[in-house]
Parts: sequence; structure tokens; C-alpha cells
Amino acid sequence: MTTDADVIDTLVGITPGSPLDAIRARRPEARAHAQATYRALFAPSAPGELTTQERFAVGVFVAGLHDATAIASAYAGRLTDRGASAALKDAVDASISEARTRGPYGSYPAGPLSREDTEGPVFRVAASTRRALGPRLAAAFEHAHMLVFHPRDAAPAALQALLDAGWSTTEIVTLSQIVAFLSFQIRVIAGLRVLAAHPAPGEATP
Amino acid sequence: MSDTVQTVPAHTAPAAFTRAQLEWLPWLEPLAVDAMTERHRASLVDAARVKSPYFRLLARDPDALEARTRTDKDIFYNPDAGLPRAERELAAAATSRFNGCVYCASVHARHAATYSKREADVQRLLDAGVTADLGERWNAIVAASVALTATPSTFGPEHVERLRGAGLDDLAIADVIHAAAFFNWANRLMLSLGEPAATATTA
Repeated sequence: MTTDADVIDTLVGITPGSPLDAIRARRPEARAHAQATYRALFAPSAPGELTTQERFAVGVFVAGLHDATAIASAYAGRLTDRGASAALKDAVDASISEARTRGPYGSYPAGPLSREDTEGPVFRVAASTRRALGPRLAAAFEHAHMLVFHPRDAAPAALQALLDAGWSTTEIVTLSQIVAFLSFQIRVIAGLRVLAAHPAPGEATP
Repeated sequence: MSDTVQTVPAHTAPAAFTRAQLEWLPWLEPLAVDAMTERHRASLVDAARVKSPYFRLLARDPDALEARTRTDKDIFYNPDAGLPRAERELAAAATSRFNGCVYCASVHARHAATYSKREADVQRLLDAGVTADLGERWNAIVAASVALTATPSTFGPEHVERLRGAGLDDLAIADVIHAAAFFNWANRLMLSLGEPAATATTA
């Protein structure tokens, strides 16, 4: 996965001239800017304090939480390219195993919607894993788990935990965009894969 | 640098999913209007969004915001065939209802009702949730959006077949996928960076 190749096309397996290539070409701005978002978040012109290694570590974690094996592998490849240590990569994989569940669940503010409240786990990184991740990434993974599986439990305290771990306001915006964007990219890939594998009857695949 | 969580002003939280106009109160500090650079302003795409605390907060990462917004606009507003606008909005509203984003659901339920003229069906989705019976075509769109919104996704060939059975061609099915996927992006930002409030003028 190179930075410039279209990530969605690559991971769906869309080839030039295929039916899905034609469909994506009908929404050219969405196609171009989904990729532009990927570049902004993973290959930024000025990464600032939020290193590309941290960005790809979050990418692997979020894809792993979605059971999106091929996507997680692609992000893991980029994490390796960024010089991640074996200890960090192991800690990311261990975090995925510990954190995996099914969503969405969570609670509403007390009131009539409380009858729809659904129980589910709150993820906390294990002490041994936390050492390898460091406090910033450990806090980011705990936040990312909430965003992926139970976003309606979000509260100011979750942002305070990130600030306490050394994340600035602007970095929290970028981290939130990374997790939220991946929630989009992973679903577009999952959905288009199903569509590509089940063409309409009578539609010949070239 | 001592960045802090913001205390939101006293307000009434919406007690239910609604099509009423809501406010959104940020938990982190948006950029001040007079502190915004040309790049920050350009990232809003629509100049009027400078009034929105949500967009001024996201403008802290202008490249991500601008690309997000241009993706959004093509998925929902591109008029070239595919899924009618009303049903792209339906997919957005169903996704927001399932994830529990009261603010996003209010905006896109309003749009779905406006473009479809099916206010009662849209309200049923808000009141009863994503299992409400809205007629087969809308049920198929809601079910596909919900399956794709589950983590991990449960979207499969049966959803594609059901959408085809309801009359959607493959471009329209791709539009359902993109609309639902996009609101998995939007819901997570709206839910986690601030909270909805009933506006003072709402009866």
C-alpha cells in the first residue's frame, strides 16, 4: 500500500474498466477526497506532534477492532515502514485481542431513551501493554475503542483523559478524525467488496 | 499550553430523537473567528460555516476537514442518477438512529422528510427505531445501513439482493453504502466532541 495508490480501490480490488470502477467514477469527488482525507491524516504535510507512527498504530488498532483483516494488514505494513519496534507492533496486536467486541452499544442521557441503553465493556489497556504503548497511545486506544464500539457513551471526561495523557486540543481533533474516517473507509471497503462479489444477474464481468 | 475541556452553558438536552432544529455545544475550544488563517477559512468550503462551532473546531485540522466536507457533498448532493436524495438522507438518518447520534439524526431526518414528503414514516424511524416498518424499499435501505453500521459489519449478499429486489441498481446500492459509511464518520465526531441542546426557541 503506497501513499498515492487509492486505498479503497486497492483493498476492494477495483481494476480499471471494472463495473465498480465505473460506479466509483460517477462520484469522482467522493472518490478523490476519501483518498485526500487518507493523505491528510496519514501522510500530512506537517504531522506536528502527532507522529505518523502513532497515526498508523491507531489505524491498525481500529481496523483490527472491525475484524477487517486485510485492511489491518495494510495499515500494519505502513506502521512497519515507519520504523515501529517489534514491541510496539506486539502491543498493538495484544490490544486488539483484548479490546475486540461488538457494537454499537452504550447509554443515553437519563430520560425516555434510557430504555434503549445497552451494556457493553469499557476498554482499559492492560498494564503490561501500556508500558510498550506509552501513555499517549494507551489513552488514544482507550478513546478509539469507545468511538468504534460505543460512541454514544462519549463525555467530556474522555477528552480530559486524552488531555491528561499529553494530547492537545488540535491533536484530539486529528485523532478523532482518524478513528471516524477509518470507520467510514472500512465500511466502504466492506460494502463495495460484497457488491463486487455479487454482480447483478446478466451483468458480465469483463 | 494548557488546553482544557470546555464547560457547556446550562441547556436542555433533547429527551428523544427529533426532527426539530437543535444546537450543538462543543466540549473542546473551536478556533476563534478572528484567529482563523486563510487556510482555516478555506477548509470550511462554505464560508457561512464560520458561524458553526462544530466546523470551527474541526478546522484545527484543515486538510482533514476540507477533504471530509468534499467527500460528504458528493455522496449526498451529486445529482447524477443513483439513489434519490431523500433515500441518501434516509440512510444517514437510519445510521445516526442506530449509533445513537441525536444531533445527526435530527438534521438528516429533517432532510429525508423534506425530500420524500413522508414525514410520518421518517418520524416512525425516529420514534420506534431502525426496526420500524417503513415499506419494503425503505426497510431494505434501513436494514442495509444498519448492517453496515454494526461493528464488525454484518452487511452481506442478502442485503445487496434485497436492495436489488426493491428496485435499486448498483450505483444506487453504492450510494446506500457510501451514505451509511459516511455517517459512521460524522456520528463519531458529533457524539464525541460535543453535545446537542434543544434550542431556546423550540416549544
